[in-house]
Amino acid sequence: MKTLPSTDVLIIGSGWTGLLMAKELSGRTPHSIVILERGRPRMPEYIYGMDELEFYVRKHMMQDPSTDAIALRYAANERSRPIRQFGAFLPGTGVGGTGEHWGAVYPRLMPDCFEMYSKTVEHYGKQKLPEDHSIQDWGITYQELEPYYARSEREVGISGKAGNLNGKKIEGGNVFEGPRSSEYPMAPTMVPYFPTLFGAAAKSMGYHPFINATAIPSVEYTNPDGVTRPPCAFCGFCERTPCMIGAKAQPSSVYLPVVRQRKSVSLRTGITVRRIVHDKGPGGGRARGVTYFDESGEEIFQPADLVILATYTLGNNHLLFLSDIGTPYNPSTGKGTLGKNLTHQLQFGVSVFMDKPLNRFMGAGGTGIRMADFDADVFDHSKVSFIRGGVIGATMTGTQPISAFGELPNSMKAPRWGSAWKKASMEWYDRVANIGFGGEHIPYVGNYFDLDTTYKNPAGDPLLRMTINWRENERKMVEFMNAKMVELGHAMGAKEVNPSPGYGNYDVTRYQSTHIQGGTIMAATPDRGVVNLHQQHWDISNLFVIGASTFPNSGAANPTPTILALTYRTADTIVDKYLKKPGMLA
Amino acid sequence: MRRRQFLVLSAASIGGVLVYSLDRRASRLFAQEKSTQTLKIPLRFFTEEEALIVGAAAARIFPTDDSGPGAKEAGVVIYIDRQLAGPYGRDRYRYTQGPFDENAPREFGYQDKATPAEAYREGLKGLKGFDRLSPEEQDKKLQQIENTHLFALLRQNTIEGMFSDPVHGGNADMVGWQLVGFPGPHMSYFAEVEKHYGEAFRPKPISLEQSLGRKVPTSEDEDRKS
Repeated sequence: MKTLPSTDVLIIGSGWTGLLMAKELSGRTPHSIVILERGRPRMPEYIYGMDELEFYVRKHMMQDPSTDAIALRYAANERSRPIRQFGAFLPGTGVGGTGEHWGAVYPRLMPDCFEMYSKTVEHYGKQKLPEDHSIQDWGITYQELEPYYARSEREVGISGKAGNLNGKKIEGGNVFEGPRSSEYPMAPTMVPYFPTLFGAAAKSMGYHPFINATAIPSVEYTNPDGVTRPPCAFCGFCERTPCMIGAKAQPSSVYLPVVRQRKSVSLRTGITVRRIVHDKGPGGGRARGVTYFDESGEEIFQPADLVILATYTLGNNHLLFLSDIGTPYNPSTGKGTLGKNLTHQLQFGVSVFMDKPLNRFMGAGGTGIRMADFDADVFDHSKVSFIRGGVIGATMTGTQPISAFGELPNSMKAPRWGSAWKKASMEWYDRVANIGFGGEHIPYVGNYFDLDTTYKNPAGDPLLRMTINWRENERKMVEFMNAKMVELGHAMGAKEVNPSPGYGNYDVTRYQSTHIQGGTIMAATPDRGVVNLHQQHWDISNLFVIGASTFPNSGAANPTPTILALTYRTADTIVDKYLKKPGMLA
Repeated sequence: MRRRQFLVLSAASIGGVLVYSLDRRASRLFAQEKSTQTLKIPLRFFTEEEALIVGAAAARIFPTDDSGPGAKEAGVVIYIDRQLAGPYGRDRYRYTQGPFDENAPREFGYQDKATPAEAYREGLKGLKGFDRLSPEEQDKKLQQIENTHLFALLRQNTIEGMFSDPVHGGNADMVGWQLVGFPGPHMSYFAEVEKHYGEAFRPKPISLEQSLGRKVPTSEDEDRKS
């Protein structure tokens, strides 16, 4: 095996977190930095992104299951099967990672998301918690993270309207959000037709709708690093594709332009990292670097003083398991931490059939209107049989015909093919859209990551395995929200509303969201989490693990703002404390 | 090396005209003498017999009727043929290691071994002579296989061939997009998005190559070079 010269800092992954860490460390320290990326530099292909078949249907930007599949089972006593094609979630690959094809909705987590355990017990008592939950407080609070949220909003460039500025509630923003220290850097985006109808209906019913905060510029925007992006053109090719004009914030359009200028950083693509090489020792081990296959298949050892694991939740977990770092979680004893508290997110829609055309080919990512009246613990749960909640809203991301053709009102009982089907589908094609729900998925003892014992990847390593299924709390929450959303649809003047069929078992063919959390969660003590509150590994002080894999639970909010806020905070800690005195921060 | 197979179509049957040059890249011309001209389209995956069956099935799934053109005019069979000869056909982007569990619950997605190319090749054996049946008999036959994997593929691929960008071989003359008022890839609706609330706004459809003014590489064509 070839050994390369040592680097000061090694970052695994060039998505949002990896590039942000590289930007911060290279801008504020003289250290040498190597970034390793599994995929390729993809930017030249972006001009071809307005192709539904390649990007939406064949999932051109997504992780390739032929080399990086995930195994799934519902419970520890059931057999696993590989997810042969991604569907419920769509992790990205290549420079910029999943952040290149996101919808760019940019909400902060609700403050009580960080204290889900203690707030629920405080309001309703312990008996309200589901029997097999594994909810635990994060150990850091919204208030501690607030300045980092604000910094991320300025650098990423967010359009929106504050609903709570230093405790003052402002109509038109999300009045249920935590107090913010500053207004968003840009005014909200324009809103396509269908979401405006949702907003009016929500208001008429006494709710508090607001225009989504998004990483989609409403005007030309230059961030504090001097990076300029044009306003969004609403071309309608957004989620699952990159932005053709560089408007939507992506790691490649926000951080990469800065990182590219830094001579201390080198970015290597086409790299398959195999193991984090480390010594175990009393009082904490030490990472020595990583082994990887380069693009030609040669195995390389890259030594490093500091290793930052910055891939998507799945990769962070997989690499720690394969490298034998940490103690795997055992659900029957509750001992061990690696793999614990795997959470996804609830996402479903009701189809609203209108009498007017919606022009829904025009749109952008997460642009639209939401309401948080049923989020978190905003509403009283003492009379419902579930805890927590989520946001209801209507977005207009831009609709393409392969995916959208054939959605019909339930009452038609139309066939699935033939002339009658074709005619009905044409008639309704531009007159149906969704009211959507995004809700919190609480952690359970029985939902976790480990290594599969049957299926392997082409390198001969076991696949990462998710043991996960929906439980009563999710099913009850979906039932409750479904009814509220049908009501909203009728208030919009719908001819008909198709409700969601509800939640049965976890379904890999139905898109939920690409928001998977946990497995390497943070905790104030090493018996409860994999990393400490600075996302530093509890067993190895020169290894940091960053990203949503450190979230002890999901929120209803999209996770990227919180991922970035935590990364800014960890970058500050590394620069101001760790590099001055390497060792356990605790 | 298999014998070269062709699909012979009358020009009138595909709306505009798809002319395949020898390097197998589609170039588009407008129909001259619609009624008499025939086209000999080189097939990449199907035999002629298979192509006729698939073309006939697609035309029943998405028929030509008084609401407008269907799979026949869009050239859906040409689209499917090219897909099956490319990375999609051989499951380049699916996890294909065993063991396979054909009885897995529906929620785990397609768990069988067969690639799309294999599923078509095997499944079409059961549809011999389909293209020579009357439309009514064809519908009856399709109803019998409605719950099979082959039918699920046929239906999905037909929808793809109707509505994907013409660069992939279907949606000829953007007939699919015209049916639903989808305008294709326009670079900006900045001035339009807040106008037209509640009224139909229908820009003229354009293809990706028209929008960009250059050739667009596709995964099925790139695949043939490597």
